[in-house]
Formats: sequence, C-alpha cells, structure tokens
Amino acid sequence: MDFTAEPLSEDSLLLRFGATIDPAINARVHAAAARMRAAQLPGITEIAPAYASLLLCFEQGSGSFFEKESGSFRRAVESILAAVSGQNEPDPFSGREIDIPVCYGGAHGPDLVDIAQHAGLDVYQVIERHAAREYMVAMLGFAPGFPYLLGLDRALHTPRRLTPRTRVPAGSVAIGGSQTGIYPRELPGGWMLIGRTPLALFDPQRDPPCLLAPGDRVRFRAIDAGEFIAMRESPQ
Amino acid sequence: MLEILKPGLLTTPQDRGRTGYTHLGVGHAGAFDEPAFRLANALAGNPSDACALELTLLGPTLKFHADAWIALTGAPASARVDGHALPMWSPSLVRKESVLILGALAQGCRSYLAVHGGFDFEPVLGSRSLDVNAALGPLGRPLRAGDVLKIGETGSGSFLPESLRIPALPQSHEPDPILKWSIDPRPWFEPDHEIPLRLLPGTHAALLDAESRAALHAQVFRVGADSNRVGCRLEGAPLALTTSLDLISEGCVAGTVQLPPSGQPIALGAEHPVSGGYPRIGQIARADLPLLAQRRPGDALRFVPCMLDEAQQALRERERQIREMETIIAKRLFQQGA
Repeated sequence: MDFTAEPLSEDSLLLRFGATIDPAINARVHAAAARMRAAQLPGITEIAPAYASLLLCFEQGSGSFFEKESGSFRRAVESILAAVSGQNEPDPFSGREIDIPVCYGGAHGPDLVDIAQHAGLDVYQVIERHAAREYMVAMLGFAPGFPYLLGLDRALHTPRRLTPRTRVPAGSVAIGGSQTGIYPRELPGGWMLIGRTPLALFDPQRDPPCLLAPGDRVRFRAIDAGEFIAMRESPQ
Repeated sequence: MLEILKPGLLTTPQDRGRTGYTHLGVGHAGAFDEPAFRLANALAGNPSDACALELTLLGPTLKFHADAWIALTGAPASARVDGHALPMWSPSLVRKESVLILGALAQGCRSYLAVHGGFDFEPVLGSRSLDVNAALGPLGRPLRAGDVLKIGETGSGSFLPESLRIPALPQSHEPDPILKWSIDPRPWFEPDHEIPLRLLPGTHAALLDAESRAALHAQVFRVGADSNRVGCRLEGAPLALTTSLDLISEGCVAGTVQLPPSGQPIALGAEHPVSGGYPRIGQIARADLPLLAQRRPGDALRFVPCMLDEAQQALRERERQIREMETIIAKRLFQQGA
C-alpha cells in the first residue's frame, strides 16, 4: 500500500494514501489506523483517520518521534509503517456494523421533498434508496461525533443549501453533495435534512463517547414518528 | 469558593487540553499560551496541568469566599484586590471576602489566573478545558456572572509537584500577605510585535505564486477582528496559488497556516478544528505559538522561514526553560513555607 509521510509539525506526521474521496482508499486508512492502534505504542497521542490520510500525533519530549535520541520509538513506528506499505491489500479490517433508526421526512426531514425533486424520484423511493445502502464512517469531524459517511446512492447526491440553517436539530440525518452525515447536536449547517434519528451520537459521559467510530459500517432503518418518540424517551 | 461577579470578555477554564479523541472529532482545546499557563500554575503551587482561567482582552471580577493563593501571568492586565494593585507573575494570598477586579489587558490578548488547588471542575473526556465551539468541558460555555467556582483540595499532596510541598496558608493576622518576589515576564511575554513567528514550509507552500511566496515572509500582516481561539485571521495583500487545488479534508494541528479562497491566511489556534480542506501554506513553530496567542486584533504579525530541525530545537529549548523556571518557583515556594 503506497503512502507518503509528511511531518505537519514538530510532533505530528500525516500519512497520505491518496487524494480523493474513495471508499477503497479510505479502507486502507482504517486498516493502517487499526494496525497503529493495535501496536499500542505509548508515545502516540492521536491516531486520526480522514478520507485519504491518517494523522499521527506524538508526545512532546524525550519520546517524541522526531527526537534523535528516541531511536527505538521511531523504529517501532517505522516498522508498523513498513508493514503497512509492504501489503498489497489492506488488512481485512472491518469496523462494527451499526443500525441507525431514522424517522424520514416531515418535520424531522424538511428537505426530503427537495431531495426527491432533485433526484427525480418520489419521497418513498428516496427513503428506500437511502436505507438500502451500507455506509462507511470515513471520518469524524466538524463537531464531536459528526460522521462523514461514504456510500450514498448516486441518485441521491444533492448540493448543499445556498443559505445554511442557523440551527439544525440534534440527530438530523443529512445529505451534503455525495455524502450523508448525522448532526450529533444542534448546530448550524448547510446539508439537506432527510430525517432524524432518536439515538445520541455523542455523549461525553458515555464510554466510548461516540456511537460511531472511523471505519464502522452504518445502515439506516426507517421508523415512524411514534417509534421516534418512544425511542427518544427510553434510550437503550 | 470563588464567585464570578463580572465575566469579562471571554473567560474560560483551561488546562493542558484534551488528548486522544481527535479521531472522534473532539479537538484538543487547552490554554493557548502554554508557558504562561504553566507558570501561573507553578506560581500557585500547582502541578502544570491544573485548571486555570484564560482571560481574553478584558478580565473578570471575582469574589473570594475563602482564602486562596493565586497567580496571574500572560498579557499585562490591570488587577486590583480591594483597591490594592495585585502584582503579576507572583504568588499572592487573597483573603476571604476580597474582590479581585481584572480589567483590560494593556497589551497582548490572554492572561491566566491560577488558584492553588486548581479550579475543581469535573473533567470531560479527561480534561477541564472548555472547548467553546463544541460546548464541551466545564459548564459547556464561557463563564458568566453568578457562576460559583470550586477550588480543588489543597495540601492533599496528590495535587502537588512531586517531592515538593506548598507553604501552609499563613494565618489571617499575617501582616503582609503578598510575597515580595515575582518572576521576570520576559521571555514569557513578548510585547514587541516586530519579533517574527518562525514558519515551517506547509504542504502547499511551493504552489504559492512567486509574488505570494515572497509576500508570505516579507509582508506585515494584521490580525483580523474576527480572530479567536480557533484561529487568527491574517489580513494583508492577498496570497494566491499558481493552480487551484481541489483538496479533501485531512487532519489539522495548532499553528497550521491555511489559505482559504479569499487569499487571507488563517493561523489555527488552540481550539483548531480537527480537520480542514484548505491549502496549508505554513506551520508555525510550536515554540512560537505563544506569540500567536498574544497577538490581538489589529496587531502586526510577521513570519520568518524556519526548518523542522530548528523548530524542534527551539521547542526543546523552550521546554527546558519552562521546566527550569517551574523548579525555581517550586523551590522558592518551599523555602517560603519552611
């Protein structure tokens, strides 16, 4: 697996596996991240996947990756990187499968009609297609717990709103261009809102705090407004 | 306990930041001017990761409901306790019922108020730093009038630097509770804006057009009005790349200098987003991040080119200086208490 490694700063390294949003490249990133995590090297503070890159941050001080005297730590990191680069295929890395209930349309998905119009489909077809796919959590960002999901049906690709909303409710499931995502809390946002999940995507009091992790696979399941209320009131 | 009577412009609890959650979209946050923050803790007899308050441009007014050792560092702030000037960069005893009025910062942008025992908030994901935009950390928001802040246990030993003890609080009949020493604010606060920030070449620096490449290091930028803990907007003659790049988001770190389409660079700060998709034209040397933290809107800012080796050496040297100063302060506090 080819990649380049570039120091971003005195204590961070960015590994690039490609330059496009591509599920195959993203899968390599998660495989490399999994290897790095499994090694449990004490001098690494962050292992953060993005679409086509992996950010590694190192502890400051004597254990730092770039310190000349920290040869053994550097060799440990390099041997993992060498193992990653020596692979023809990424590890058969597989994140968890997570099922996310969504109440589509109505007040929970105010842009569903516009998405359907843009796609030339009726709203039921849009829901069916959105819930039919398996998505990959490419990365989390924008806000704690916000997942960027790859795998959206091409017919559902919809441009972002020209004027972003100042308040998007927590749990809103949205489409932004070729991606779909979920707002973990009330935030401003320009993505098109298709529905809403009663699940809490991010709760700092929970361990782990996020429902989703990079590399997880997600499926959406349509629920009605009554189920939405019931699930909100009695979260598992 | 300590009560906020007036909150100031933006007063937030901060420690050394939140580590290990970048992959979940949770940023680092933490004190922007790290050396000033650590020395405030040292002067208050705290370990370097205790929670302190970061003040911005205009400080808060606080009422003490118990005796407390405090220390104020960072940008020079007007500070008065019941009408008496409070020296900065010095440990001071503030009596119960006293009111500390922190006014406008004469220059610079951020000051740090530490209290012995630390501000006792429940850690969120391992840190007591407020991430303002994520509404994560103590209270989930900047401090407001009426907030009551608990002070951590003092003298429990577990909260003190290893092998060092803190002097016992003098009794209230102590004639002059303010200690007669302080540390030199230099090199910890740099008032001279002519001092350039060292800039490592960024991923896309080579794609700047010739004029912009020269301008990046030659021109004097102005810190924009909408600068904050997330980033400092640098205003100047717009910079341009020779080619338009269609980049995808990748990880960001503090000090990254991005170039959005406006051509006005943004230098990412302590509360930087975890990822971003703008071209990176530079990376501020970590040893110079305190200079960025202390430039306020309207201040001048200049870059000087620097390579990774030099930046690392500067960082090591700064770390050595901070530790040396922490040790000196701890020894002095110990002698004072003996």
